[in-house]
Amino acid sequence: MTTEEIEKQLADLKAQVEGLKRTQQEDKLSMIVFSGDLDKVLAAFVTATGAVAMGLEVVMYFTTWGTPLLRDKNKTVHGKDMMGIMFGHMLPKGAGAAKLSKLNMGGMGTSMMKSLMKKKNVASLEEMIKMAAELGVKIFIAEISMDLMGFKREEMIDYPGVEYVGVATFLEQAIRSKITLFL
Amino acid sequence: MAETINVDKVMDLKGLPCPMPVVKVSKGIKDIQVGQVIEALITDPGALADIPAWVRTSGNEILKTEQGEGVIKFYIKRLK
Repeated sequence: MTTEEIEKQLADLKAQVEGLKRTQQEDKLSMIVFSGDLDKVLAAFVTATGAVAMGLEVVMYFTTWGTPLLRDKNKTVHGKDMMGIMFGHMLPKGAGAAKLSKLNMGGMGTSMMKSLMKKKNVASLEEMIKMAAELGVKIFIAEISMDLMGFKREEMIDYPGVEYVGVATFLEQAIRSKITLFL
Repeated sequence: MAETINVDKVMDLKGLPCPMPVVKVSKGIKDIQVGQVIEALITDPGALADIPAWVRTSGNEILKTEQGEGVIKFYIKRLK
């Protein structure tokens, strides 16, 4: 074998190793939060915070109906178009306004569930988001959902390190994750 | 002769449901040194499965589990 051939083989091997490194699975959980239902998003945050305790890095990608739950109920923005204003009013403003996916019964079921949660010491969705922030759970928000529903960054919660990204940024994390979930 | 366990940190997690016991213990164990022991008091029955699962994954050790009147006591030793 000539030196040239050996060098070529070595270069090929190096490229392969680099490729493997890029897709190497890490102790990471990547989750798409598509739902905006109280019960489902609560389950997402219970899993996310539990995962941090289990030694996993966690990424949550909020898209579609999940996006409005990350709005800050105390923030108002102006200059929205007609559709933006409509979406803004019709979708829950923040985690506190999320409803159950089942047994909502015109809001009665949701408020019963909330008082039951309080009684049983279960953290509210707002509290879970705060805890996730403390634990270093990473949150991505889908730029397309923001744009489609006319949400502005200024009306979203101040979550540490939040990023507005496309699906490729999420998938870059998901490729390397041992666990991927869709909620 | 009963074996005595030297406890370095007591965590009262009574009344806290899933995932709080595991979240709190995983945080609390960082406050003690390797070789030291946490005594965790938990009322969530799920913790009977969850704390052992957390210990196996995180590479720590349960020295003893005691079940009293609705309260579960875990003695957890930090191994790394």
